[in-house]
Amino acid sequence: MSNHTVSFRTYVNVILALFLLTVCTVLVSLVDFGWMNAIIAIGIATVKAYLVLMYFMHLKYDDKTYLIIFLTGVFFLFLIFVFIAFDISTRVVETNVL
Amino acid sequence: MSNNHSHAHHFSSAQQEADASKLGLWLFLCTEIIMFGSVFVAYAIFHGLYPEIFIAGSKYLDWKLGSLNTVILLLSSFTMAMSIYYASANKLRLSVSCLWVTFLCGLGFMFIKYIEYSHKIHEGLLPGKFFSFTGEGVVDNLGLYFSFYYSMTGIHGSHVVIGLGLIFWLIIRAHKGHFGPGRVLALECVGLFWHLVDLVWIYLFPLLYLVE
Repeated sequence: MSNHTVSFRTYVNVILALFLLTVCTVLVSLVDFGWMNAIIAIGIATVKAYLVLMYFMHLKYDDKTYLIIFLTGVFFLFLIFVFIAFDISTRVVETNVL
Repeated sequence: MSNNHSHAHHFSSAQQEADASKLGLWLFLCTEIIMFGSVFVAYAIFHGLYPEIFIAGSKYLDWKLGSLNTVILLLSSFTMAMSIYYASANKLRLSVSCLWVTFLCGLGFMFIKYIEYSHKIHEGLLPGKFFSFTGEGVVDNLGLYFSFYYSMTGIHGSHVVIGLGLIFWLIIRAHKGHFGPGRVLALECVGLFWHLVDLVWIYLFPLLYLVE
């Protein structure tokens, strides 16, 4: 457990960075990067998520235990995705039925 | 920072109570990540299989309203963090003000959601088999996109409403003088939940509104 006080300055810098990244998110969506579109959009979102997690949610300054718990949750989500993706991508599709 | 001066009897110290509380909350946040994440995984699968449906569906969403909602939630996360900052610095009136701004931001978000939903429902842009819009830009099975839209923003919106209730509880407690230096645990815990709600929206916004 950490008792580090995050400074006012740091909080302001983080929120300004988040606003700027939001502008980037919208601007970037106007340009077509082909198959990279999704990766770029999620990439920017992940940078924003990193800022919220590390500073607003205090993970940077707290006991590493919380970070490990969080990353474990994300890891299992990743597993969910990987196994389902393997399943779907190796199916033999005869007709598209929705 | 999280040391309450008094602690419940089943904890050995205020520090231990704070540690245990935040541990429990982070474990809860993992369940939220898996729950929201699963719907995102489903989104990824169907978007990968039928990209044209998602490109078409995204056009019916107003990116300006979505951007505004993103800014509102980010701001609310900032004011939530500032509320804890001020409480720890014994600036209690500022702390409560920050809680109020957080609450109002959440209300603003839900109001915009209401505007968006009512417009779509009026137009017949409904989920799955209920889809009945016949204007421009319709593709086959567009109802699939709106199934994702309503379920993802709906689950997220319910969490915003729950957060509003929790923040209002904090406001009442703050007015009663429950918070101050070393007494911010409840603020931190609700804060963590609220930041998670913000995190989910950070991903929802580009995936639903900015598909092209």
